[in-house]
Amino acid sequence: MGLLIAQLLTGLANAAALFLVASGLSLIFGVTRIVNFAHGSFYMLGAYIGLTLMNILPGHVGFWGSILLAGIAVGLIGVVVEILVLRPIYRAPELFQLVATFGVILVIQDLTLMTWGAEDQLGPRAPGLRGVIRILGEPVPLYDLALIGITPFVLFGLWWLITKTRLGVLVRAATQDREMVGALGVNQSWLFTGVFFLGSALAGLGGAIQLPKGGADLLMDFNIIAAVFVVVVIGGMGSLPGAFIASVLISVLNVFGVAYLPSSTLVLMFVVMAIVLTVRPFGLLGREEVAGEHGQVGEPERPIRPFGLTGRLIFGAIVLALALLPLYGSPFAQVLITDIVIFCLFAASLQFILASGGLVSFGHAMFFGGGAYVSALAVTYADTPMELAFLLAPLGAGLIAILVGWFCIRLSGVYFAMLTLAFSQLIWSLVFQWGEVTGGDDGLVNIWPAAWLSDTTAYYLFTLLVGLGGIVFLRHVIHSPFGYALRATRDSARQAEATGIDVRRVQWVAFAFAGMMAGLAGGLFVFSKGSIFPNELEIAKSFDALIVVFLGGVKTLSGAVVGGAFFESVKDWLTRLEYWRLVLGLVIIGVVIVAPEGIVGTARRVGERLGLVKEGEGTR
Amino acid sequence: MAEPILEVDALHSFYGKAHILNGLSFSVGRGEVVALLGRNGAGKTTTMKSVMQLVRPREGKVRFGGEDITGWPAHRVARRGLGYVPEERRIFTDLTILENLEVGRQARREGAPFWTVEALFELFPNLSERRHNRGKAMSGGEQQMLTIARTLMGNPGLLLLDEPSEGIAPVIVEQMARTILRFKDEGLTVIISEQNLHFARAVADRAVIIEGGEKKFDGSFAELENHPEIRDAYLSV
Repeated sequence: MGLLIAQLLTGLANAAALFLVASGLSLIFGVTRIVNFAHGSFYMLGAYIGLTLMNILPGHVGFWGSILLAGIAVGLIGVVVEILVLRPIYRAPELFQLVATFGVILVIQDLTLMTWGAEDQLGPRAPGLRGVIRILGEPVPLYDLALIGITPFVLFGLWWLITKTRLGVLVRAATQDREMVGALGVNQSWLFTGVFFLGSALAGLGGAIQLPKGGADLLMDFNIIAAVFVVVVIGGMGSLPGAFIASVLISVLNVFGVAYLPSSTLVLMFVVMAIVLTVRPFGLLGREEVAGEHGQVGEPERPIRPFGLTGRLIFGAIVLALALLPLYGSPFAQVLITDIVIFCLFAASLQFILASGGLVSFGHAMFFGGGAYVSALAVTYADTPMELAFLLAPLGAGLIAILVGWFCIRLSGVYFAMLTLAFSQLIWSLVFQWGEVTGGDDGLVNIWPAAWLSDTTAYYLFTLLVGLGGIVFLRHVIHSPFGYALRATRDSARQAEATGIDVRRVQWVAFAFAGMMAGLAGGLFVFSKGSIFPNELEIAKSFDALIVVFLGGVKTLSGAVVGGAFFESVKDWLTRLEYWRLVLGLVIIGVVIVAPEGIVGTARRVGERLGLVKEGEGTR
Repeated sequence: MAEPILEVDALHSFYGKAHILNGLSFSVGRGEVVALLGRNGAGKTTTMKSVMQLVRPREGKVRFGGEDITGWPAHRVARRGLGYVPEERRIFTDLTILENLEVGRQARREGAPFWTVEALFELFPNLSERRHNRGKAMSGGEQQMLTIARTLMGNPGLLLLDEPSEGIAPVIVEQMARTILRFKDEGLTVIISEQNLHFARAVADRAVIIEGGEKKFDGSFAELENHPEIRDAYLSV
C-alpha cells in the first residue's frame, strides 16, 4: 500500500513539468494553430538557463528566482522565434510550419551545444527541500511534494488567466476565428506574440523546475517532445484541462509501467494515445478540426500533366546515364547511388500520400523499416530465399499499412499525423524491446542478396530497375483514375463523397499503397546493407523523409526524388561538419520562408519567368 | 450630401484570379444611411470586406475621414472607427455573450456614439437575459443582434452591416429596421448591404446599386421608383 502511494506521488510529481510544457504547447496551438515542434527545445533551454542562473544566485530566493527568470528568458527566446520564423508563414499550409519549427529544433540544439557543451549537467537540489519524508514507510522526496503542491496553482493561474482576463477572452476568441478578432480591432500579431511568449515561458519553467530531479542534457528536447505531444493530443489540442488530465494520466501510468511492466515503458503512452484517439478522434476534451477553417489554405494546386517530350527525353537520358554508370563509375559511386535511389523511392512514397492524398504521415519510417524487418526476419528464421524474402518486404509493409491505416484514416490533420507517429513509435519499441526475436538494438545481420545479385554492380542495376520502376509506378498511379479520386478526397472530402467516391476506402487503399512502396524501398535497403537496425524505424527517419519531400518541393513527385537525391548526396559531407545541425536548420528555415515551393517548384518558377518553361507545363 | 466620411475610389478587388470589384466608386456622407443593393454575387460583400481591408484591393483607394486607409491591416482600420458586421455573423460560439462583447470593446471615440454593455442590453433585451450563456444555442436573430452589439462595443463612427435581414424572422426584421433608424438618430453613419428592397427603403437615405462589381445606380429611393427598368435589370425583386 505504502509503495503504491509512493509511486502515485512520484507520478504526480513528474506530471508537474510535463503539464507545464504541455499546457504551453496547447496554448500556442489553440491560438496560432501552429504545431510547434521546437517546444521541447524551449524546455531544454529552460533547464540550461535555469542551471546557469542557480549557479550564480544563492539560497531560496536564488533557486526559485532562477526558475522564474529562466521561464521569462525562454519566453523572450520564443518571441524571437515567433517574429523571425513563424510570422512570415502563418498562412502557409500546416506542413510548412511543422518543418520550420523542426529547423528551429536543429538550430537550438547546436546553439545549446556551443554554449553549454556536450556534458550532461546535474541539477542542484532545492534549498530546504533536499530530504525525504516517509509516507507509510516509503521514502518520498520533499521536492516531489513541493511539485505536487505547485501544479494546482499553475493550473489555477492559467485557468484564471484564460477565463477571467481580457487577454484570455481574446485568446479564446482567436482560437475560434482569428480574422474576426482582427476585424474587431485587436492586433492579432501581438496577441500571437503574447501567446507565444506565455507558451514558451511555460516550457522554460517546466525545464527549470525539473532540474533537481533530472538535470540538463542535450537529448531532453527530443525526449520530452514525444511525451508532450502525446499529452496534448490525448487531452485534445488546445484544451488546458485536457492537457492536465493527460499529464497526470501519462505520468502515473509511466511510473507504474516502470515498476510492473518494465518492457512496456516505451510503448505504454503511445498505446494509451492510440486507444484514446480511436475512441475519441479529437482527444478527451478537444474540438473538431475542420480543414481550412483557419485560413491556412495554400495556393490552389496546379493541374497535373503527363511528361512532355522534353521531360521524357531528360528522364530517359538520366536513366541511361545511371544504367551505364558501371562502365565509367567507381564501385563507391554505385553504392552511393544505390543509397540515393532507395531513399528517393522512400521519399516518393511519402510524397504520394502527403501531396496526392493530403495525409501528412509522421511515421512513414514504420513501413520502410517494417518492410526491411519482415525480409530480415524471413531470412533469419525461415531461411527464405532472397527473391521471396524481398517480395515479402512490400507485402509485409503493405499489411502493416492496412492495419495502421484502419485506425488512422478516421482522423485528419494534426491528429492523423500524431496517430501515425504513435504507431511508428509503437512498432519501433516493439522491435527495440523484443530482443529475443528482433535482436533489439543489435539488429539483424547477415541478410545478403542471392548469389546472382551479390556483386555490387548487379545489385546496383537491380536497385535501379526496381527503384526507378517503383517511382514511375507511383507516378502512374497519381495519373490514373484512382489518383484523381484520391486528389478529390484531398481537396474536398464532402464533395468527393457526394460524387460517389468512398472517401475512407480510397484513402485507406492509398495509405496501404504508399506503405507498400516504402516497404519496397526497405527491402532494397536491407539487402544492400546486409543488416537492419531499429534506427531505420525511428521518428528521425520519418522526419528525414518529410524534410526531403519538403526541400524538393511538396507538390511534385519529382520534387521528392530531387530532394532525396540532394539530401543523400550532401548528408555525408554535411554530417562531417561540427555544427551541421545549425547549418541544416538554417537552410530549412530559409527554404520555408524564401522558397516555399522547394527546389523543383522554385526552379520551375524561375524557368517560367525566364521563358524557358511554358506556364503550367513541366515536371509532375 | 454632408461632408463625406467614407470615399471608395475606383476599387479593383480579386479573389485569386476572379475579378470581383471593377473600378467601384461611391462615397458616404457623415450621418447618412446608405444601402448597397444588388443580386447575389454582385460584389456587395466584397465591397464591405475591401473597405475593411479584409480583402486587399489591388487598385484604387479607400479613404475614411479623409485619411487613406488602403492597405492597412484590418485591426488598424477597426481601431480607426470602422465597425464591420459580417453576413455569416461569426460569433464566438465558445464564449458567453458578455465575453463576445468584451472582444469588441474599444476606447471611447470622439465624434461617435459611445456604447456601454448596459446600453446595448437595453437596445437588445434578448441578449441581456442570456448574458452568461454561450453563443452556441442562439437563434439567427439573436446571433445577428449579438454581432451588431459586439461591433458597437468598439464605438465605431461608421457601421458596415452585411445583409442584416438575412435568415431572421420577419418580426425581428422589423425590430432591426427600428434599431438601424435609432443608430441614425445617434449620429452613426451606416452602410447596409441588402437584397431586400423593402427593408432597404425603410431604413436607408440613398441606394447604391452594384452589378458585376460596377456601380449602376446612385441616388434616392424616389429616383429609383421613377426608373423601374433599373430595378428590373439589377435587382431580383
